[in-house]
Amino acid sequence: MDYILSILGPLAEGSLVTLKLFFITLALAVPLGLALALIRISRFTVASRAVNGYIWLMRGTPLMLQLLFIYYALPFVPVVGIRLPDFPAAIVAFALNYAAYFAEIFRAGIQSIDRGQYEGAKVLGFSYGQTMRRIVLPQVVKRILPPMSNETITLVKDTSLIYVLALNDLLRAARGIVQRDFTITPFIVAAGFYLLMTLVLTWLFQRLEKRHAVYD
Amino acid sequence: MTRPMTSPMILAEGIRKRFGGNEVLKGMSLTLAKGEVVAVIGPSGSGKSTLLRCLNHLETIDAGRIVIEGDVLADNDAHGHARYVTDAEVRRICRRMGMVFQHFNLFPHLTVLQNVIEAPITVKGMKREAILPKAEELLKKVGLFDKRDAYPSRLSGGQKQRVAIARALAMEPDIMLFDEPTSALDPELTGEVLRTMRQLADEHMTMLVVTHEMGFAREVASRVVFMDGGELIESRPAAAFFASPEHPRTRAFLDSML
Repeated sequence: MDYILSILGPLAEGSLVTLKLFFITLALAVPLGLALALIRISRFTVASRAVNGYIWLMRGTPLMLQLLFIYYALPFVPVVGIRLPDFPAAIVAFALNYAAYFAEIFRAGIQSIDRGQYEGAKVLGFSYGQTMRRIVLPQVVKRILPPMSNETITLVKDTSLIYVLALNDLLRAARGIVQRDFTITPFIVAAGFYLLMTLVLTWLFQRLEKRHAVYD
Repeated sequence: MTRPMTSPMILAEGIRKRFGGNEVLKGMSLTLAKGEVVAVIGPSGSGKSTLLRCLNHLETIDAGRIVIEGDVLADNDAHGHARYVTDAEVRRICRRMGMVFQHFNLFPHLTVLQNVIEAPITVKGMKREAILPKAEELLKKVGLFDKRDAYPSRLSGGQKQRVAIARALAMEPDIMLFDEPTSALDPELTGEVLRTMRQLADEHMTMLVVTHEMGFAREVASRVVFMDGGELIESRPAAAFFASPEHPRTRAFLDSML
């Protein structure tokens, strides 16, 4: 027991890195994903196709590869060649990757809204932007809660990939202690930390779903 | 002939509309004067709903001319193709027409009251307090004031349609378009919606009603328009229309309705 208490400190520090990456990724990927979805369904064929290609690229290659590419290879790419420190590189990779997945979730949600809602808004004088903001997107939120719950839980666990950039996240902190003390207890405690995070998320999404169920 | 003092509420001339290879409106013309209640009847597929949807830009016409209260919405160019005015103009003109749909199209995430005040607030930029008295008055008028905080999913079809009418009226339209407003309702619920519409007609609202309710057409409409195959076949005052239909196709349709 004393041993567990003694390793909680370093594991909590690792959790902070994990949570920081999680929240910053969400804050960037959700709006970016929404923007991508709106372009994807827009009438601008060229832009729509470009987004389609982007989503294919980001979903079609491993996140780990994207992470390595942005950190190690981006500095050597002509024009955009910039060298990012490790944590910002991780954020860029995660945000770009998750935005692609979110975009598809948003697109599915938007396209599931009945055409009658657009027509009802249009005959009342709503512009396209007003229709989206006031009528369509509020209804989309409710429909995408289950897949968004899935995706955010996956994100919590995907954050462990940043060990390849030698960032001290929860899992890497645990591994460090395992190698130092020759015991697997830190892994079990780390699993507990992950479970706690996903439990909070699950609970949060259930509450959101309940709140949006009032108009069923 | 004397010149009319005011322009008609709706002037539609030579409207052509094609969906793929199927021409749904074949040069249809229609005029609506202020305060007129016109029922549009005809077999399904005759183009009634399409005509209504063309008038308020839910569909765009291929050829023809639409003028709403003297303002041109669309007109033919030199090649006989319909050209619309700017998007902003289209929105400004179409806002004068309220519309009620067969399937209500209420906003499910908003309560009854919110459905009614949403457009005045968002589109007209009105303050909530400024529109509230009007909204409550409208809900009382359609008999749903006690349901103001309910969500549409809790309402019957007839109640939903009455909310839809109140929602359209909150924008203070000059013209009301009804697209088969009772067709999706259980028979015992059509009465409450028709009563609300009759009340509107009594207040001299200009109304264009696509309907299968011959009773409503006969009793409330001032004029009945019969359409078939994308063309206007007959347009006469309601009493004369039902008493002595002139065209054989009208007679055949009316016979089939009995």
